[in-house]
Amino acid sequence: MKKRVIAVLLAAGMCVSALAGCGNSSKPDGAGEEGKVINVYCWNNEFSDRVNAIYPEVKEVSEDGTVTILNDGTEIHWIINPNQDGVYQQKLDEALLNQASAAADDKIDIFLSETDYVNKYTDAEADVAMPLADLGINPDTDLKDQYGFTRTTASDMNGVQRGSTWQCCPGLLVYRRDIAKDVFGTDDPAVIGEKVKDWDTIKVTAEELKAKGYYTFASYADTFRLYGNSISDSWVKQGETTINVDKKIIDWINDSKEWLDAGYLNKTVKGQWNDDWNKSMGSDSKVFAFLLPAWGIDFVLKPNWDGDEGIWAVTNPPQEYNWGGSYIHACTGTDNPEHVKDIILAMTATEDNLLKISKDYSDFTNTTNGMKKATTDASFASAFLGGQNPFVYFAPVAENIKIAPLSAYDQGCVELIQNAFSDYFQGKVDYDKAKTNFETAIKERYPDITEINWQDQME
Amino acid sequence: MKSKKPSVIRSIIVHSVLIILAFMCLFFFYILIVNATRSHADLQKGFSALPGKEFLTNLNKVANDGTFPMFRGILNSLIVSGASAAICTYFSSLTAYGLYAYDFKLKKIAFTFIMAILVMPTQVTAMGFLRLITKMGMYDSLLPLIIPSIASPAVFYFMFSYLQSSLPLSLVEAARIDGSGEFRTFNQIVLPIMKPAIAVQAIFTFVGSWNNYFVPALVIQSKDKMTVPILIATLRGADYMNFDSAKIYMMIMVAIVPIIIIYLLLSKYIIAGVTLGGVKE
Amino acid sequence: MKKRQKSISYAKWGYYFILPFFLCYFIFSLIPLVDTVRYSFFEYYRSGIKEIGPTFIGLDNYVSLLESDMLRYGANTLILWVIGFIPQIGIALLLAVWFTDIRLKIHGKQFFKVVIYLPNLIMASAFAMLFFTMFSTNGPVNSILMSMGVIKEKIDFMGSTFGTRSLVGFMNFLMWFGNTTIMLMAAIMGISVDVFEAAEIDGCRGIKRFWYIILPLIRPILAYTLITAIIGGLQMFDVPQILTNGQGAPDRTSMTLIMFLNSHLKSKNYGMAGALSVYLFIVSGILCFIVYRMTNRNDSDEAKTAAKRRAREERRRRK
Repeated sequence: MKKRVIAVLLAAGMCVSALAGCGNSSKPDGAGEEGKVINVYCWNNEFSDRVNAIYPEVKEVSEDGTVTILNDGTEIHWIINPNQDGVYQQKLDEALLNQASAAADDKIDIFLSETDYVNKYTDAEADVAMPLADLGINPDTDLKDQYGFTRTTASDMNGVQRGSTWQCCPGLLVYRRDIAKDVFGTDDPAVIGEKVKDWDTIKVTAEELKAKGYYTFASYADTFRLYGNSISDSWVKQGETTINVDKKIIDWINDSKEWLDAGYLNKTVKGQWNDDWNKSMGSDSKVFAFLLPAWGIDFVLKPNWDGDEGIWAVTNPPQEYNWGGSYIHACTGTDNPEHVKDIILAMTATEDNLLKISKDYSDFTNTTNGMKKATTDASFASAFLGGQNPFVYFAPVAENIKIAPLSAYDQGCVELIQNAFSDYFQGKVDYDKAKTNFETAIKERYPDITEINWQDQME
Repeated sequence: MKSKKPSVIRSIIVHSVLIILAFMCLFFFYILIVNATRSHADLQKGFSALPGKEFLTNLNKVANDGTFPMFRGILNSLIVSGASAAICTYFSSLTAYGLYAYDFKLKKIAFTFIMAILVMPTQVTAMGFLRLITKMGMYDSLLPLIIPSIASPAVFYFMFSYLQSSLPLSLVEAARIDGSGEFRTFNQIVLPIMKPAIAVQAIFTFVGSWNNYFVPALVIQSKDKMTVPILIATLRGADYMNFDSAKIYMMIMVAIVPIIIIYLLLSKYIIAGVTLGGVKE
Repeated sequence: MKKRQKSISYAKWGYYFILPFFLCYFIFSLIPLVDTVRYSFFEYYRSGIKEIGPTFIGLDNYVSLLESDMLRYGANTLILWVIGFIPQIGIALLLAVWFTDIRLKIHGKQFFKVVIYLPNLIMASAFAMLFFTMFSTNGPVNSILMSMGVIKEKIDFMGSTFGTRSLVGFMNFLMWFGNTTIMLMAAIMGISVDVFEAAEIDGCRGIKRFWYIILPLIRPILAYTLITAIIGGLQMFDVPQILTNGQGAPDRTSMTLIMFLNSHLKSKNYGMAGALSVYLFIVSGILCFIVYRMTNRNDSDEAKTAAKRRAREERRRRK
């Protein structure tokens, strides 16, 4: 019994020292031997499917899909943890803390992150995602065909790019042709695009739709990305502990309240990803339009639509925006830098591969040249959109996206501000109470936040 | 005999209450079954009261997915839940009997201690637990999901309460006079008396362990060791090309079948417990 | 020799029998637990993937928790618990008595017994998922009520405090009343048939039988039920978490203490989470102590009945 206790105490002691040893992570020894195992941390099989389909070095995939064997015998081990309840980030964080002490074949070589929290991992001080330059990738030449904003997103505060993505998620306004004909007498995307070109114009249009008994959008959450992507300062500035609730976010709050009260939005649809939202995409719904990226049309809208094909069409949104995107990072301490470099280049910087992804998975991919080609390629036209080629509209949006300044706190801020003000929109609490609720929630999520600065008094 | 009318009325009340409750309980299963028989596209459109025709399609999709080890997951869950239920009820009975039947110096302290830890919220210690088992080399193994159930304060307390109400110490004394060893007395005389209690707690432990997501999700890493709730979470987290809510409902349904079978098996023991009651006095 | 040692040597068996439990507890729970308590005095959390602390800050965590809305969440938890628990224990007692009453002919008894426990078999998260679908504004419950003419406008169940709390209470009731029934049934079945027969002869039936025979005799198990229900209530998490998406909406009125704890754990705030756990520990300890005292009234009473029982057995054996 006593011996056991001592053993356990020793174990606990080791644990502490292992944690302490994590501050100074070691760099890979450049020219050394490459490891036999490439460990990839991700939250689903999206990336592994793409690699298995596109990456030319793939020899075979194990039956259960957990291991991919490359031509030179190196194995890619896919370590998949569900996103639910934050398990993915929790496991990744634990593994990153143990990275320095892990055996070579257990070290993380590649990990993935999403736009909402990419900044947490590209942080220069944390240094868990390697600068691409250290891998031998020159972002300015090797990745020059990528959309600029995706490169900015994957860079740290000093502008050092620490990740790269194969996808690019510009969003459009997707609308019902039958409603457009009923209200405006035409379903021409160019005409409708004119009617929704900015927030002032679309408000006039919303009044027209309302007169005929239609809602412009389903929910206040639908418009959030447009405002949230155009904030002028990041939610939290580097080195500070103050949250800035940007003027644009205040605009979203005020506009949403106004739109909801005016009846431009459907009151019964509370946020996204619920049954009511899904139903508002059906043929019985009175909702005119949705704001969705390429994957949204294919994955959300299509399965919910129960009418004929060709009823929907796309046009420009009132404001350029981006929604979603997964980033590939080389993990500091990897023992396979050459392989990682090759995978990143093949998956995110090779036009033919990216065009194949676009074709096979209806993704809008990260190649300006390739996407330009798609705009004139009739094979990219969509029957669901009545023969319209959506890339004609996607490509210019992608080029004009100015990504909002990011911070490591974005995921929580975006999520919690929508939740807190949802009560306010529905009239459950007043404006000030909603503010307090947001402040409480954000301080729980990020204990280091000391102050919340609302830019709602300024003019 | 004297009051036939009230008993008829009583019978009507009893039956209507039971029918209402049974309806409420079964209704949700009905919804689950309906949802499991519809396709993802149908489900997205909203609720339907009538089952669809996709039952076999959905079942095939879940069962024959090479990257999704459904049978393996069910087997793992059976091992973990079965072993947990067995050792949890056995050792809890043992501990309860130890504290009930014997007098020793630390008895009071031990009892108070267990009662105190009974109220500790379990969520809190998860991270420390994870670090500990990693250092003990049990990360990504089924053992840390099973062994800790030896020490289940709540089950112990139930067993203890049950012993208090059902085991006269005279029976133990009688066994001693007959020359039975202490351990044998426990296994051959006390355990049979505790059968109803063990059956009840075995069901609860089994179900609790079967549906546990939090701890296994932290501990288990490799695909061939995943338990059912992690698999369901994996389905839910699938990327948009593969996301299929019909598969999720089907998996939830598949996951329930084994526990229903176990439950039916054990519930017979509870009934048998009534007849066993005669042993006592 | 053997006879002389008898009374002493049995004591060691007590230690043997409880050893596995304590060994296991010390290894798998106590060490993490001690960690938890220790960190409650530290500032210790993660910012991004950087660890901040641990820095010793004394009782600061405890103080700032008192200044937070913790007590409000405590009240929420209590309300949610009461809404679910009162019907749960009431129905469970009623059913347990009915099911164990040999004179009461229930058709399909076995069927009902099986069915009432079924909701407990589904994972709470899956159950909440189903509930969410059922009670959404455009969901089936609203459609049914509308077509029956009960309501004119769709009810936004999860939009109001009352609606959300009732739903959470209802779900907890539905999930747990079967469990409680089974437990109480096992307790009542543990009562000797002789006792019932004797009572029958004395004309003790119906309410009287319940009040004077069953209730006192299942007191230990009832106490167990109450204590585990209180602990379960204090630890209420899954159902409101999933139903309100972790927000306790609207206006955090369905936020329970463990949801509050979870939001600290999510941010890896071990210090604050530790302090909150200690508070929870103290509160549930006090509550359980009160219940335990109440149901076991005083030891002398207990001893007397035990003595009586023993005397009776003694007499019987002599016969």
